[in-house]
Amino acid sequence: MSGVLDNTPILVARGVTRRFGGLVAVSKVDFTIPEKSIVSLIGPNGAGKTTFFNVLLGVIDPTDGSVEFNGRKMIARPERLALESLVWIGPALILGLLAFLGAQAGILSGRLLALVGFLVLLILVGSLLLSIIRPVWYHKRLAGIGIFRSARPNDMVEAGVGRTFQNIRLFKNMTAVENVLIGMHVKLKGGLFGAILSTRRVREEEHAAERRAEELLTLVGLKGKGNEAAHNLPYGDQRRLEIARALASDPRLLLLDEPAAGMNPKETNDLVRLIQKLRDELGLTILLIEHDMKLVMGISDRITVLDHGEKIAEGTPEEVRRDPRVIEAYLGAPAA
Amino acid sequence: MTAAPIPAPAGRLDALRTQAGRHRSWAITVGMAVLGVILAVLAYLPPFTLAQPPAAWIDGYTNAGVFVLLALGLNLVVGVAGLLDLGYAAFFAIGAYTYAYIASPFGNGILGIELIKTFGTEWTGLIFWPMLLGGALVAALFGILLGAPTLRLRGDYLAIVTLGFGEIVPIVFLNSDAITNGTNGIGGLIRPALPLVGGFSATNPWPYYVSMLVVVTIVMMICYRLVESRLGRSWEAIREDELAAAANGINTVTTKLLAFALGASTAGIAGVFNAAKLVTVSADQFTFIVSFTVLAMVVLGGMGNFWGVAVGAFVIYTINNVLLKSLNQFFDSTQVPFLKDVDFIQLQFLLYGLALVAMMLMRPEGLFPNSRRKRELHTEVTEPEQDALTTAEATTEEGQR
Repeated sequence: MSGVLDNTPILVARGVTRRFGGLVAVSKVDFTIPEKSIVSLIGPNGAGKTTFFNVLLGVIDPTDGSVEFNGRKMIARPERLALESLVWIGPALILGLLAFLGAQAGILSGRLLALVGFLVLLILVGSLLLSIIRPVWYHKRLAGIGIFRSARPNDMVEAGVGRTFQNIRLFKNMTAVENVLIGMHVKLKGGLFGAILSTRRVREEEHAAERRAEELLTLVGLKGKGNEAAHNLPYGDQRRLEIARALASDPRLLLLDEPAAGMNPKETNDLVRLIQKLRDELGLTILLIEHDMKLVMGISDRITVLDHGEKIAEGTPEEVRRDPRVIEAYLGAPAA
Repeated sequence: MTAAPIPAPAGRLDALRTQAGRHRSWAITVGMAVLGVILAVLAYLPPFTLAQPPAAWIDGYTNAGVFVLLALGLNLVVGVAGLLDLGYAAFFAIGAYTYAYIASPFGNGILGIELIKTFGTEWTGLIFWPMLLGGALVAALFGILLGAPTLRLRGDYLAIVTLGFGEIVPIVFLNSDAITNGTNGIGGLIRPALPLVGGFSATNPWPYYVSMLVVVTIVMMICYRLVESRLGRSWEAIREDELAAAANGINTVTTKLLAFALGASTAGIAGVFNAAKLVTVSADQFTFIVSFTVLAMVVLGGMGNFWGVAVGAFVIYTINNVLLKSLNQFFDSTQVPFLKDVDFIQLQFLLYGLALVAMMLMRPEGLFPNSRRKRELHTEVTEPEQDALTTAEATTEEGQR
């Protein structure tokens, strides 16, 4: 059928499982998204779609399994904390032990001993701070020695994943442009000192960002509404603004969580056209969670069906439509 | 009849406002200079001279300036980033003690340096200026140390932890006799000095007043620049919706930490200034009352708006320290039957409480609100169900972490 499904996968999820106490919300789901495809995830209410989605985005940790994005392992079960602490606590303990022995033997005393003690404390506090603040260079060093940390939502955005929310979560009291500017966060470099000194580079970057925000608003059809407060926009426009905000980080993969929820048929049609435009013109890959079957069937290259946390079917819209398990999940089993 | 179009005053004000926005730093400098002159002149005019002599007014302005600094810093944390900090006085204390260690004989003894002996009091006073920065850095460091483990908490929980921190710091300073001289505090601090002016003195309030104006101007400028930058946008985003902020690539932990550290550093500056002015630091200057007063200043002034908060701080400080005292004197001298027995200074917190309650009822956004805050508090929720859903989702998603 369509050739896009043979593209190299941009996102690969392997055996993703998430338990909440005794409830298995997502169970061993394998899932790939080929580059430049539109892939949908459907399933009845409570099938685990949103949980799976949140695992992909780093919002919640998986109980088991892993997610690769763009060839890089991004998300896995959290288990590295002990290892990571060892990197620091180990040397600190050794240093402390040496100091103790030195003091016993009478080599270390007075100021020198205090200095060593201070050093041990510094290492411990420093490692705690590093593990909480998680600067990028620290990540890279740790990854270099084989210690991996699961990505957080902001790491996923930086890697190139954009998302929208099932229930619109705009910054309601900000204007449309400001919303898009926040979406652009990872693309901008202005930091603390740049802001305080108001350097030319930072100012130019801000101006360029504002122009780009206007462009994005035009792309989703919100031209001229940039200065309106987000909560004053009509519902359909708020949905579009969310998409513009997600696009602002220049993602390669866009995850849309029920983008057509609450839209009328005309708005839904506009949305379909917008999604296709995003794929065809910007070369984005799109993952869609949606209840509107007409939209899903019409637009998807491939559909994956979840039920009770398990993948029950996967294939082209035509295949999925005919799959007896899917029909059973949605409509119930035929009476015997 | 052809009436010439009269430019509406609102339009003119708006034009002025846009100009001020375009040249923010100049506007702040000019505004502060004008304000400084007006306040100084007022100190010499009749109704004010009745309350206290001009020199006392100028001195009082400087003390109020310390609280303006505190309020500006707390506004960054509470008003902009939305992190409720009830232990703000701790950073004030840390700034003050930092200066005390560098600029007092006792502190020099503890640190094992001989700054004062080597350079003499006059020249050591110069260290006040770099120490403004030094105090800010030390306070910021403590801000990070406190913030790093606690900023995963939100709302009330964060408030309780900061409250605890605010209590711990003065108690530590009070009880570590060997390092902080305990209840006596550290006295005999070196007063600031300037090359041409020489050392500041207790009798002449003007040098302090002018330096305070300069410091407040610079801090105000920095605050505005921060809030209008990418960083400021991230703070606002986190305050509005933390999950959505993270989903847009904002590293919420470091961003909140930065807000906390910057707020703390402003308190550090205020602490250094206060210590250098009082020439003594002791733990009882940094009680919860200070944290609370500053928070009240921020809320009454208008959270999120730096000018509003500064004015709020100034007004409240003046009411506390001048108006209430004058009321006492006035009623004592006039012998009004009942009122002469009322001690208005004792009533300070009752008045606070009343003012806050009245404020929350009539103008929850504060006297001089930030336009966005005002919108938040005054827009009807258009889709109640939608909102309920959003909060429900927020709680579950946060709960799953």
